[in-house]
Amino acid sequence: MFGFILRRFAVAIPTLLLLIVASFLLMHMAPGGPFTQERALPPQVLANINAKYGLDQPVLVQLWNYLSGVVFRFDFGPSFEYPDRTVNQVIAAGFPVTLTYGMISFVVAVLVGCALGTAAAIRHNTWLDYLAVGISIGAQVLPNFVMAPILVLVFTLILGWLPGGGWSWSDPAFWIMPVIALSTSYMASIARITRASMLEVLSSNHIRTARAKGLPESKVILRHALKPALLPVISYLGPAFVSMITGSVVIDMYFSTGGIGKAFVDSALNRDYAVMMGVTILIGALTILFSLVVDILYAWIDPKIRY
Amino acid sequence: MTKFLITTALALSFALPAVAASVPEGTKLADKQEYNFWLLDAIKSTDPAKNTDVEGSDILRQLFEGLYNEDDKGAMVPGVATDYTLSDDKLTYTFKLRPEAKWSNGDPVTANDFVYAWRRVADPATASEYAWFIELMNIENATAVVKGEKKPEELGVKALDDHTLEVKLSTPTPYLIKTLAHASTFPVNQKVVEAEGDAWTQPGKLVGNGAYVLTGHNLGVDITLEKNDNYWDAANTIITKAKGITVNDINIGLTRYQSGELDRVDIPAGQYPRLKESNPEEAITTPLACSYAYIFNVSDKGPEALKDVRVRKALSLAVNRDVIVDKVLQGGQKPAWTWTHWAIEGFEAPENADEAKTQEQRLEEAKALLAEAGYGPDNPLNLTIQYNTSEDHKKLAVAVQQFWKQLGVNVTLNNVEWKVHTDRLQNQDFEVARYAWCGDFNEASTFLDWFRTDGYNSGKWSNAEYDKLMADAKTAEDTKPIYKRAEEILAAEAPAAFVYHYANADMIRKDVKGLPLDNVMNDWYLKDMYRVAE
Repeated sequence: MFGFILRRFAVAIPTLLLLIVASFLLMHMAPGGPFTQERALPPQVLANINAKYGLDQPVLVQLWNYLSGVVFRFDFGPSFEYPDRTVNQVIAAGFPVTLTYGMISFVVAVLVGCALGTAAAIRHNTWLDYLAVGISIGAQVLPNFVMAPILVLVFTLILGWLPGGGWSWSDPAFWIMPVIALSTSYMASIARITRASMLEVLSSNHIRTARAKGLPESKVILRHALKPALLPVISYLGPAFVSMITGSVVIDMYFSTGGIGKAFVDSALNRDYAVMMGVTILIGALTILFSLVVDILYAWIDPKIRY
Repeated sequence: MTKFLITTALALSFALPAVAASVPEGTKLADKQEYNFWLLDAIKSTDPAKNTDVEGSDILRQLFEGLYNEDDKGAMVPGVATDYTLSDDKLTYTFKLRPEAKWSNGDPVTANDFVYAWRRVADPATASEYAWFIELMNIENATAVVKGEKKPEELGVKALDDHTLEVKLSTPTPYLIKTLAHASTFPVNQKVVEAEGDAWTQPGKLVGNGAYVLTGHNLGVDITLEKNDNYWDAANTIITKAKGITVNDINIGLTRYQSGELDRVDIPAGQYPRLKESNPEEAITTPLACSYAYIFNVSDKGPEALKDVRVRKALSLAVNRDVIVDKVLQGGQKPAWTWTHWAIEGFEAPENADEAKTQEQRLEEAKALLAEAGYGPDNPLNLTIQYNTSEDHKKLAVAVQQFWKQLGVNVTLNNVEWKVHTDRLQNQDFEVARYAWCGDFNEASTFLDWFRTDGYNSGKWSNAEYDKLMADAKTAEDTKPIYKRAEEILAAEAPAAFVYHYANADMIRKDVKGLPLDNVMNDWYLKDMYRVAE
């Protein structure tokens, strides 16, 4: 196992480097630059800015400067869009917000999704099953950019219970709508995967054996069915977790959370190379890390899997 | 013009020693003087030398004060400067500064603070995107300093003593005073900037000379301003606290206005008539100094057809501006027959025969012009309209596609993202492109300079008479006839089809007073605002 983890890390580093190089080059190939504006800057002004940010050098030199900054000094450079801030500061302002509502959404989605899926499978073809399937299909087809404005309309304007957006670390009322809007569709997917997988497991031989031994139903489900049924869910959860904690531009837009999701999309549109690279590396690293976590969890849940 | 300005400045400085919130007598003020306003996006910087956008300027105008401010009509009124004199050659301005002006940390505001700030904007080391603004002001040596050929110390700005600032220009600049309320010209506190580096703009560290101090800033969430007791006119400042709240979606912004979280928001396109009906006292439109146009590429990279003035004229005539304004936008915009916004101070539009015609007549004329140029059913004209991603631009482009179809012109729509659009505009990689220009100050040349041969002029239209007019305007006593003639040339030559002049459609709480609703620049000052008891 330890050797496996080491090997995975050894592969992760070149993968990340490749990601950096590829995104860097792609980004520079896109038309326009960070300082392309409606009113073209006079050449002398543009020259000063390019010199300050090192954009006057050949792309490969820029790439090298960037890479060495990241690798040796953990310095992701200054942001072009937010001239008073470094990329590290921009990420430090937005990522904790996204991480918070993302993690809560994840927990909510997993708990509700698994419970719903399991209940539906156990009570297969009853009203409970239909209800659970109905909810999850409904939640799946209702995109969050439709749901977010509806939530604001209902909870802020009509009921007046929750603030319509923004972020506060001291007041969890601000977190509720982003969590609902973000977790719903994930919850729906988790419920559907759990239900399907649970149905399959429940009709398998070892469950029949367990029941034949006369185990109580609760024990059959919790001890013998749940663990194998969760395998496909877990392979879904790895990437889902990363995409939840690195934010959703829709959630950030509609609830103005100041999260990293919007910063990421903005940076691409504004050609803020530095912030865009910083967030890309963050998402890349997290994706690699959590796919490793998923693999380890696999081995833990299914004793047949060995690395 | 200049004389007029001097007299105005002097008159104002005597008539209105304190131009802060002027509350009519008998007004009962509300107990709570707080104001929450809407921001579409994160405030990128609160450094006057680094800010580049309108919302950032709105914040800076509260945190800092320049030599002049704008009143509710857009006229210049004394800020830190109390008055000025201009030399006979119109090249040297000498400003008298208010001795009682203080920084928020209690330091006096001196002429040196302006000298330092303006040098800093021009200094290549600062790499300010708005260094061009110092060039636009025609301050002596500005371009050479920006280019790095001269030292920032050689910029034509000097402190004669603590409260006297001398500004030397390279060429007479009739609009100079109008540039002095721009955020790029605000003073900064040298001591603080040098001590704190890039971090000086953070709440708690930022020292300004405006009526408010920065007490909180959560990037992309909110920004909080509180009354600055060290401001020279603090006694007449009424609003105690203001919060700019970011709502990235304009429709949600409206919902949050309705839920009471915001006191002012923009109205999403097309919703103004409905809101005007349901909330007549709150739904307000005001002119905004921007013009919308379709630019024709007449450069060598553009299509041959557009080099023919008859074709351009025909295309311009066929655009049904009334439909666009009344049916599509519906937010107080006006049909444009000039490039300069109609509400720009002192601008007089020339008579335009096309404007008086009905759309049917225009269409007939357009068809005739196009036929004359050799285009018709057997030789149809094919054009591509490029626009950047936005629902509104798309609606307009589709409408124009239909208008031009009536002429037998086949239009392909090409939607690209903003940066690509801009890049192509600047490299003449387009045929017809959607464009809008917003004035930097309240004077017609901020629009008209765009079409100079060496202006931004993406379509590369060029006209010697026009260039000469715009050059003459810089030293002319009376610029009105010059700008009028320039607009006549634009109308005759149609380097672009002007479509509409912008307006802001806003929801504003009816107890909020002191917003400059007649100022086409829409520059508002919290210090002039107050809330009345309902």
